[in-house]
Amino acid sequence: MDHLHNYLLHLADNALILGHRNSEWCGHGPVLEQDIALTNISLDLLGQARYFYQYAASRAGAGVTEDSLAYLRDTREFKNFLVLELPDSDWGFTVLRQYLFSQYQYLLYEKLVDASDQEIAAIAEKSLKEVAYHVRWSKEWVIRLGDGTTESRKKMIASWNILKDYVGEFFIASDEEKMLTESNMAVDPVTLREKWISLVNPVFEEATLEFRLQKWTQQGGRQGMHTEHLGYLLAEMQYMQRTYPGMEW
Amino acid sequence: MKLLTEHTILEWLESVKDPEVPVLSILDLGIVRKVELINDPINPFWEITITPTYSGCPAMDVISTQIRMILFANGISNFRIKQVLSPAWTTDWMSDAGREKLKAYGIAPPQYSASGKDNSKVVCPNCGSADTTVISEFGSTACKALYRCENCLEPFDYFKCH
Repeated sequence: MDHLHNYLLHLADNALILGHRNSEWCGHGPVLEQDIALTNISLDLLGQARYFYQYAASRAGAGVTEDSLAYLRDTREFKNFLVLELPDSDWGFTVLRQYLFSQYQYLLYEKLVDASDQEIAAIAEKSLKEVAYHVRWSKEWVIRLGDGTTESRKKMIASWNILKDYVGEFFIASDEEKMLTESNMAVDPVTLREKWISLVNPVFEEATLEFRLQKWTQQGGRQGMHTEHLGYLLAEMQYMQRTYPGMEW
Repeated sequence: MKLLTEHTILEWLESVKDPEVPVLSILDLGIVRKVELINDPINPFWEITITPTYSGCPAMDVISTQIRMILFANGISNFRIKQVLSPAWTTDWMSDAGREKLKAYGIAPPQYSASGKDNSKVVCPNCGSADTTVISEFGSTACKALYRCENCLEPFDYFKCH
């Protein structure tokens, strides 16, 4: 498949996998309002994933649909960032990951609005408004819990200690990104790094958490080299289509 | 036979309501962007252009089906429903009539321009007080936030500026 196809899958998989992880909180949120908030965010992400899958499917032709892309690919074919597939240990982990990713996604979509590919630009324009809301919501939670009780602070520090090994993957350009950036169809993520740090830093400061982005990072999601957690996630998410192929509601 | 015009189709579409906010029609919401007769020489057809509110809004599929049904019910089968994403939907497109209907229904309408700053006070749809507090940024549907009025103490939905 071509570079654009891979790039679209990467954008879609990111939204789908995080959307699915968040949806696991449905019925388990700490309070009803936040349960609803997180499922709303899941819904936005799922909608964004659908746009990218639909576009990828329309280009791929012959038997490829948004559903086959979401439900019939195996772990090695998924191109999402590793951090998004990690299982949730607690609410603090969920909101901190959401914040770190939403802030990245915001900067990315902000640039993709001007992409030379009109379809990508339209999806970015549509999604940007939703992501702005995700940033605002998750940021407030990071501050509240980081600068909260002894217990909440302890959990936020523990969450960052896991997440810090993964977020660097946001800023590594893949081969297809390098190719597509030349024709302004993608954004070179390296260019987003400084801006991201400058936005995340003050939030950590307000949350009284220590923020330092190390050089070394876990990586490989875009090449299909995933953690052991993605297989379990897909097993649950794809169960129906795998068990009853072609089934419809 | 009366000639079918864009105006007639728009009148029909006025009866298609948002399944989650049933006082609002899809015209009030600004979901219908254009109704146009495409003069294809062999097969002329009506093109109904719609735009989604929120990306994952489950109401969109229902709305498309309802548009289909209302056109079929009026004997129209030569039509296509086209979905566009850009320009992205905004609550600025909501009609004044729509805003009034929302308020009467107990949902505070979007109270400022989506492009402007979002720190003005949300007014309680029940008593009109501006002394209100946000309970949650996300309400019962993607398009709403949850507020409480400090004057009459009633909780209420607020249709977010977007």
